[in-house]
Amino acid sequence: MGFFHRHRGLTPYLLLAPGMLWLTFFFLVPLGFLAYQSLQSGSIDFGYSFTWAWSNYGDAIRNYRGQFERSFLYAGIATVLALVISYPVAYWIAFRGGRWKNLLLLFIVAPFFVTYLIRTLAWQTILSDNGLVVRTLDQLHLLGLLGTNGRILSTGTAVVAGITYNFLPFMALPLYVSLEQIDPRLIEAAEDLYASRPKAFLRVTLPLSMPGVVAGTLLTFIPAAGDFINAQLLGSPTNHMIGNVIESKYKELLDYPAAAAMSFVLMAVILLMVLAYARAVGTEKLTG
Amino acid sequence: MNERLTRRQVIERAAAGGAAIAFPGLLAACGGTATKAGGSTTTAQRKLAKTLHFSNWTLYIDKKGNKHPSLDQFQKKTGVHVAYTEDINDNPSFFSKIQPALQSGQSTGRDLIVMTDNSRYPSLLISKGWLEKIDKSAMPNFKNLIPQQRHPNWDPNRDYSLPWQSGMTGIGWNEKLTGPVTSMGQLLGDKKLKGKVALLTEFADTLVLVMAANGDDPGHITDKTFNKAISTIKKAVDSGQIRQFYGNDYSGALAKGDLVATMAWSGDIVQLQADNPHLKWNLPDTGGDIWTDNMLIPKGGNVFTASTYMNFVYDPKIAAEIEDYVNYICPVLGAKAVLLKEDPSIAKNTLIFPTKEMLDNVHTIDPTALNNEKYQTTWQNLISA
Repeated sequence: MGFFHRHRGLTPYLLLAPGMLWLTFFFLVPLGFLAYQSLQSGSIDFGYSFTWAWSNYGDAIRNYRGQFERSFLYAGIATVLALVISYPVAYWIAFRGGRWKNLLLLFIVAPFFVTYLIRTLAWQTILSDNGLVVRTLDQLHLLGLLGTNGRILSTGTAVVAGITYNFLPFMALPLYVSLEQIDPRLIEAAEDLYASRPKAFLRVTLPLSMPGVVAGTLLTFIPAAGDFINAQLLGSPTNHMIGNVIESKYKELLDYPAAAAMSFVLMAVILLMVLAYARAVGTEKLTG
Repeated sequence: MNERLTRRQVIERAAAGGAAIAFPGLLAACGGTATKAGGSTTTAQRKLAKTLHFSNWTLYIDKKGNKHPSLDQFQKKTGVHVAYTEDINDNPSFFSKIQPALQSGQSTGRDLIVMTDNSRYPSLLISKGWLEKIDKSAMPNFKNLIPQQRHPNWDPNRDYSLPWQSGMTGIGWNEKLTGPVTSMGQLLGDKKLKGKVALLTEFADTLVLVMAANGDDPGHITDKTFNKAISTIKKAVDSGQIRQFYGNDYSGALAKGDLVATMAWSGDIVQLQADNPHLKWNLPDTGGDIWTDNMLIPKGGNVFTASTYMNFVYDPKIAAEIEDYVNYICPVLGAKAVLLKEDPSIAKNTLIFPTKEMLDNVHTIDPTALNNEKYQTTWQNLISA
């Protein structure tokens, strides 16, 4: 007690220390190493050396622009879909769930008890050419619209569906938390003041749930843009995302500098998009 | 004795097959061109270690319950306990696992590893000086290595390597959904198969089969023949003929009917046939590919103990025991004779003990192409466009 009493000013730093040390050793140091690696040139046979090879960045953007764009497109569509699907669910659980709330939340999280890879592999079976989904879509004459060459599996549709499914809980949980915190009396007050149901939703509920919307979209979009498992397992060669290219550069081609440079470009673009987004909706929305 | 594999095992084993690559001179008369890079030979300590650390592919050794009988026999005979780990799923991932330690001159913690010669890694490990030479004086059974395997072009005198198992790459199809698919031309061009066909992500497998079909020599690749093969494949991708490039995971799609025909590994098909007798496999008319998984001793591994173990598995009786479970191609002379007595159905399966005719119809890839950065990059860009 004596020490902390005398050095009361130190307490915040001591509390921060574990987190800061963690970030330093497992984020900043590897990030620095990655930056260093991204400016190397050479080959695996003769070794890589540091040469300020900025061309790695130019090559990454020039040669793989299609995959970058596709990554953001797929991640964007999946984020919107996840929002549209999750919002009503989270709303219903928050306001109508009653004593079943916790159980219903458990259902949302339940798929997470199974590993990511297995969940994605399951979609191979769900979307299989001879499966129920494809046959039903075919009978509804929707197969031509959603699929390519009469199939769903190994198309962009399957990749987007897989991403949406895999990241859904990241969207649903923050939405639920922000909706659950809304005091129902505020909505009642709006109705007392002659707001219609839709109007009360638009003017009261939706604005108050924005922190959840912002947190959910970020938690979904950021990892989705770098994902490669869905494209690998559910897509065809023409649906590959930037994560697939980084993986093949790193693992197959042993071209570490190119992989590092691409990771940085991906990080930078995501950061810029997040900043623009935060500016548009306001950061206070994120922190509530 | 004849244990049939379960579906789960098949899938896991398929992952192991996924590794595949190309090979050693089953046909090649030894070229003798490989450089002996960086091979400082450490004088082997002729004393057995207490434990042998052995990393292998999943489901690639005999198994009974939780035990590996052949490893128990080895311990009984020599007193060496084998710490057996199934931590190799594909060559690139495993290489990236051991590369940092080797790069910084540290031991990988392993005495014996198994990698495929159809990938660039075994020759890369040799040229980097990251392998120990095997101790042939501890290996009287070295003579049991089948002659076709004695002089691979990347390790002409088998100074660093000894085959564990081999496999062939050909075409597999589901006879319920299509007639026989016997040529690459049919696989890549038959409209009836459109969107139901897959090639392999492995550079060597796919390239060897396509080049052979183009009438080019996969054992001697030039820019011209390489580009021709790439444009053949690209045309099939662009037309929608090819659904996907698969690694080890084509077996599920083939079993489900999402694929009607695909390039496939012989050992996978042997195992898949147990569940689905409608799956057929053949070498394409213009020839297939053969690859071998090799036992290697990474720098810092215990050479004498590892060599003693290699000698042990080259005893035909032990090799037969392993083969009876693994079902790829066995490189040990005499194993077939043992199996003819103990499990004739395995001994007579031509996917496990191929005929001479089959072995005459398989090619091996030009090893220089495996380490050609330009080819590798072109290939990766093609399969992940």
